[in-house]
Amino acid sequence: MTTGKSRKRPVIESGNPQTGINLKGTFISVMLLGVFILVTWFGLYALFLSR
Amino acid sequence: MHLHKYEKIWLTFGLGSLALFLVIIGFAAFWKGTHPMSHIETIDPQNVEAHESFKPENLGLREVAEGKYAVNIVASAFNYNIGTDADGKPVKKIRVPKGSTVLFQITTKDVVHGFQVAGTNVNMMVEPGHVSRLETVMKNAGEFTVVCNEYCGIGHHQMFATVEVYE
Amino acid sequence: MLKNTLFPKKEARLYMAFMHVTFASLLIGGLMGLLQTLSRSGQFKLPFGINYYTILTVHGVILGLVLTTFFIVGFQFALMGKTVGISDKQRKWGWIAFWTMLIGTIIAATTILVGQANVLYTFYAPLRAHAAFYIGLALVIVGSWIAVFVNFRQLYVWKKANPGQKSPLLAFMVTINMAMWFIASLGVATSVLVQFIPWSLGYAATINVLLSRTLFWYFGHPLVYFWLLPAYMAWYAIIPKIIGGKLFSDSLARMSFILLLMFSIPVGFHHQLTEPGIDPTWKFIQVVLTFMVVIPTLMTAFSIFATFEITGRRKGHKGLFGWFKRLPWKDVRFLAPFIGMVAFIPGGAGGIVNASHQMNTLIHNTIWVTGHFHLTVATTVILTFFGIAYWLVPHLTGRRLTPKLNKLGIIQTIIWTVGMTIMSTSMHIQGLLGGPRRSDFSNYAGGEQVSTWISYQVAQAVGGTILFIGIILMIYIFIQLAFFAPRGIQEFPIAEEEVDADPTPKILENWYLWIGITVALILFAYTIPVIDIIKHSPPGSLPFDWPIGR
Repeated sequence: MTTGKSRKRPVIESGNPQTGINLKGTFISVMLLGVFILVTWFGLYALFLSR
Repeated sequence: MHLHKYEKIWLTFGLGSLALFLVIIGFAAFWKGTHPMSHIETIDPQNVEAHESFKPENLGLREVAEGKYAVNIVASAFNYNIGTDADGKPVKKIRVPKGSTVLFQITTKDVVHGFQVAGTNVNMMVEPGHVSRLETVMKNAGEFTVVCNEYCGIGHHQMFATVEVYE
Repeated sequence: MLKNTLFPKKEARLYMAFMHVTFASLLIGGLMGLLQTLSRSGQFKLPFGINYYTILTVHGVILGLVLTTFFIVGFQFALMGKTVGISDKQRKWGWIAFWTMLIGTIIAATTILVGQANVLYTFYAPLRAHAAFYIGLALVIVGSWIAVFVNFRQLYVWKKANPGQKSPLLAFMVTINMAMWFIASLGVATSVLVQFIPWSLGYAATINVLLSRTLFWYFGHPLVYFWLLPAYMAWYAIIPKIIGGKLFSDSLARMSFILLLMFSIPVGFHHQLTEPGIDPTWKFIQVVLTFMVVIPTLMTAFSIFATFEITGRRKGHKGLFGWFKRLPWKDVRFLAPFIGMVAFIPGGAGGIVNASHQMNTLIHNTIWVTGHFHLTVATTVILTFFGIAYWLVPHLTGRRLTPKLNKLGIIQTIIWTVGMTIMSTSMHIQGLLGGPRRSDFSNYAGGEQVSTWISYQVAQAVGGTILFIGIILMIYIFIQLAFFAPRGIQEFPIAEEEVDADPTPKILENWYLWIGITVALILFAYTIPVIDIIKHSPPGSLPFDWPIGR
């Protein structure tokens, strides 16, 4: 990968995870994903126990 | 290598969930004994009759104690041998009362088979040279189809039986 | 790295050769899939006395082993060619890999088609196919090994020429995937060469069934990760470029690939959870290791969302999900892989259930499993591969993905999504109701349970038919891109790092360390149980030919 070729921009806009970029949407998305996994797993565990 | 703080929270949450699943299934397996079927006993696949449980006269359902049953089955392509009834006809249906404890013991004379009482947690592989053994409580009433769920040849889908759990 | 410069003709020809086999496989394997769902609906009978299990074997071998391996090897060659270059000698070896794999495929496929190998793609002993089937499969694997070593050599030569520099991310990822593939396929190769071929030729009287299955599944799970990792390569390093963004994090991408390498292999027992003869404690240990392989995927999920959000916000889209609305939905190079990512949510969640030790009895060998991997490999992986083909094929042939073909691609993606949603959902439900996989139509003993299954099988035939229409459309698009689309330069999209990205730690390229840990984990997970299996093995199994109609 090449580095240092792109145009300059303020650090705050960068995707460097070290800096405080706004990733709220990402956070909510992954947490919804996590909830989906939990619901699926516990739902099927309940089915397993009922059999 | 740095993680965004949200990624740290997400990974902690994810790892926590995985750990929780493992604790639940680990507790159930090691303390409650609900491991998946992993019976260790071996048998000569060419001479399964030498094993007490798989002698022709011992095949099929038997009540071993009050509310406790054992079923011995020999699988072969493409049939489950569950013994014969009073008229000498092959048994195709097992009937047990609801709430009874049933021990399934099964082996194969030829290739790999499956044994699933569909709709229950009785689901095991049957492999030549091994005895598959699982004890379970039949919690729910109904008619359950027993299917061979591991491909055993071109008649695979014709290999079945029925378990009826009556009230 | 001139991304918009086309490959030299002689190079492009090699990569395209793999693509041709890929899409020919898609057509053949897809047709078999259609016939299966129709046959299993109970409404149609297969013509000319064709056996259901013959087409099932073709479907599994051609799509699961041939299509995937050819696409992956070809795509990875193209990635290596683009990022680290290929010498004439390496290219020649690439052709040797191609022809070895192709000859193997033809031998195996012919054996199946003449009815001498109705053993399905898992070829479980003691069902015995004709020896040619095993020899053909062995050649496919040996051919892929040649590609493995060419790829290793390509990176090695680049490293020598660029001392002290970190390897290009995509070249690193290809090397990880090939290292995993090589380590894993040693298992199935051992089983095929030492157990199956001598036994099928009659030189060995019996076979150790449990050992052969254990060696197969030592390979069988990393196999699915071998399919998935090229999709991850596209998600990490190509999709950001397509949506106009940058890499989220070079280090995290490498880290997740390293974790995938370490935890993809010592987990095969989760396919054998209901088998006799394996200590349940060792099964549970491999279940724990299986859960570890979820972690890099959790990282991947975050990284993908973050790439989308950062790109969108940088373009000025506000609000919590403004970035989401403005993703390039009308660009099939994005849309197809995106649907693939979405499918991986239920696919991954289902996978955790499958691996959950005793919960496996809920779904083991039911058609739920078929539904599961039609989400993971036949949607997540294949739609990402299609998404790659839309730009890779024209890039290789010196043509362009025209707006019209792009539109057809979008229609194709929608058809696939609809067809797969119907088919996979009905498979999942039928599986939970106990319906078995890998079985021809049967009324069994009749009754309510069976008639419910059959109603879901009819739904699967509807979904399968829609999917086949999608396959025809995809083949049409491929032929257009390969031979007829207007000439031009189609971009080979590779995302770049942020200007101010953190430097990637050198330790991430310490191959001795990561491969060392991988091997240690494999030895830990397998040594004792395999010794147990061999020590406590029952009398071996004689071969059985008649059950498969030989």
